[in-house]
Amino acid sequence: MKPSSPISLGTNQTDAPSPSSVKVQVQNLNFFYGSHQVLRSVTMDVPALKVTALIGPSGCGKTTLLRCLNRMHDLYPGNRYEGSILVQPDGTNILGAGVDPIQVRMRFGMVFQKPNPFPKSIYENVAYGLRLQGVNQRRELDERVEKALREAALWEEAKNRLHQMAHNLSGGQQQRLCIARAIATDPDVVLFDEPTSALDPIATSKIEELIVELKKRVTVLIVTHNLQQAGRISDMTAFMYLGELIEFGETNRMFTNPAKPQTEDYISGRFG
Amino acid sequence: MRSEHFLENQKQTASRRKAIDLWFGRLGFVLMLGTLGVLAVLLLNLAVNGLSRIDWHFLTSFPSRKAAEAGVLSAWVGTTLLMLVTASLAIPLGVAAGVYLEEYAPKNRWTDFIEINIANLAGVPSILYGLMALGLFVYKFKFGQSILAGGMALGCLVLPIVIVATRESLRTIPSSIREAAFALGATRWQAVWHHLLRYSTGGIATGVILAMSRAIGESSPLITIGALTFIAFLPPAPLIAQPPFVSFEWLFSPFTALPIQMFNWVSRPGEEFQANAAAAGLILMVITLGMNGVAILLRRHVQRNIKW
Repeated sequence: MKPSSPISLGTNQTDAPSPSSVKVQVQNLNFFYGSHQVLRSVTMDVPALKVTALIGPSGCGKTTLLRCLNRMHDLYPGNRYEGSILVQPDGTNILGAGVDPIQVRMRFGMVFQKPNPFPKSIYENVAYGLRLQGVNQRRELDERVEKALREAALWEEAKNRLHQMAHNLSGGQQQRLCIARAIATDPDVVLFDEPTSALDPIATSKIEELIVELKKRVTVLIVTHNLQQAGRISDMTAFMYLGELIEFGETNRMFTNPAKPQTEDYISGRFG
Repeated sequence: MRSEHFLENQKQTASRRKAIDLWFGRLGFVLMLGTLGVLAVLLLNLAVNGLSRIDWHFLTSFPSRKAAEAGVLSAWVGTTLLMLVTASLAIPLGVAAGVYLEEYAPKNRWTDFIEINIANLAGVPSILYGLMALGLFVYKFKFGQSILAGGMALGCLVLPIVIVATRESLRTIPSSIREAAFALGATRWQAVWHHLLRYSTGGIATGVILAMSRAIGESSPLITIGALTFIAFLPPAPLIAQPPFVSFEWLFSPFTALPIQMFNWVSRPGEEFQANAAAAGLILMVITLGMNGVAILLRRHVQRNIKW
């Protein structure tokens, strides 16, 4: 829709991905909780099949931005979006008038801060998204549950207890189960909201390996408070501050040679 | 030296505070014993006076002018049928209202107003429900002085209890569970039906049973709408020999209930009728305590499998 990208954002576009490999284009996104503006004209092109990390101090709007992408804010009254979020290759604006948030959520998986499996069996947790999408055949469900659990590196631990309650799993296993649940429906994008903040280092490293593995198949966005984590697993990093996207670029370049002084201050631990 | 003095001070205040702690515990224990004692005396009194009257004959006989021949058949059948009507009204309406208020309704002044008034409804004296039922169900809807009118009066009476229990139960489910369902593309109804109602069944069922045990002991709304105190027949059977095999005629039958039967016997002169009243009271107590016991077991059993 917009021929040229806005310049007033202070976004560093030098190493933006080429248009063909862009999955999600956030354009001039403003977001309001009631009258309080939380996101200020955020524009970024999220590359396909890469891990993009959102970093920044608490309250900078990174989780809010993540939750715009699957329209989670629509669940609560008084929230308002402005701007557009285009999903490639067809360029659908998921903030558009005719778009049902439920459809969006079926294409964007989400993994939350704390593992939140349903108090049901391991199998039913993974199968739930498939059932919502109308998969009812036992055999297809079995296959896709197994596939998702394998991809979440949980199959070996779970295969003999598929019909036990998910809460018998450890915290790290529960989070991998939540990842399996999110990817079982073959979403285009998976959104991670600080997925390891409630986990110990060993469970964390398993999740990190998994995320890196996942990008072969899906586009990943991850909010993290942990700069080392962003450095370890992400290809692209977006630094946000006070609701604005300050800098967005390749992770290696951002961490070694940030273009903006705020980015440098944050990354070197001077604030945040 | 200095640190010893310091610790000495700590010891004094600590022991004083611990003494207060201990005394409060003892006071609470004594008060609790007192309360339980009253209940025990009540039960014991009923048992001493009425236990000898409870036998098969007492449960299968109609009331009679002769105390020794009288029984509670029409009363317990009436109570059972009333509870059936009450439950079929209060459970669907109460659970639906609770789910709506907790999961669907926007938070605004209008819903605040509704919320406050549901709390108020729970405090309305039961005789007012009787008056409402008399005007609305008995006369306006022309249900007559029937099981239907009585059951609906009791249903309205306990509706707020069911609504509140449903909401409390839904509120214990963390919002992360709702978000997990929504993030997979569930609609509000799917989140409610596949998840929230299932995880709150224990709490809702507990609330429903407590509501029923409240309704079962109510007499004033039933007397207000004109329940009879002396009934020597049973309502028409709900199952019949001819197709369609079920009959709802019983809904429009006059009725009596255990508390009314008890009230009737208490108000008569003569030791024997007092014994009958005690026996009916004992049955009522056992049913109520039994229902509460089931509620407690249910809560323990169902909640055991659900962790967040």
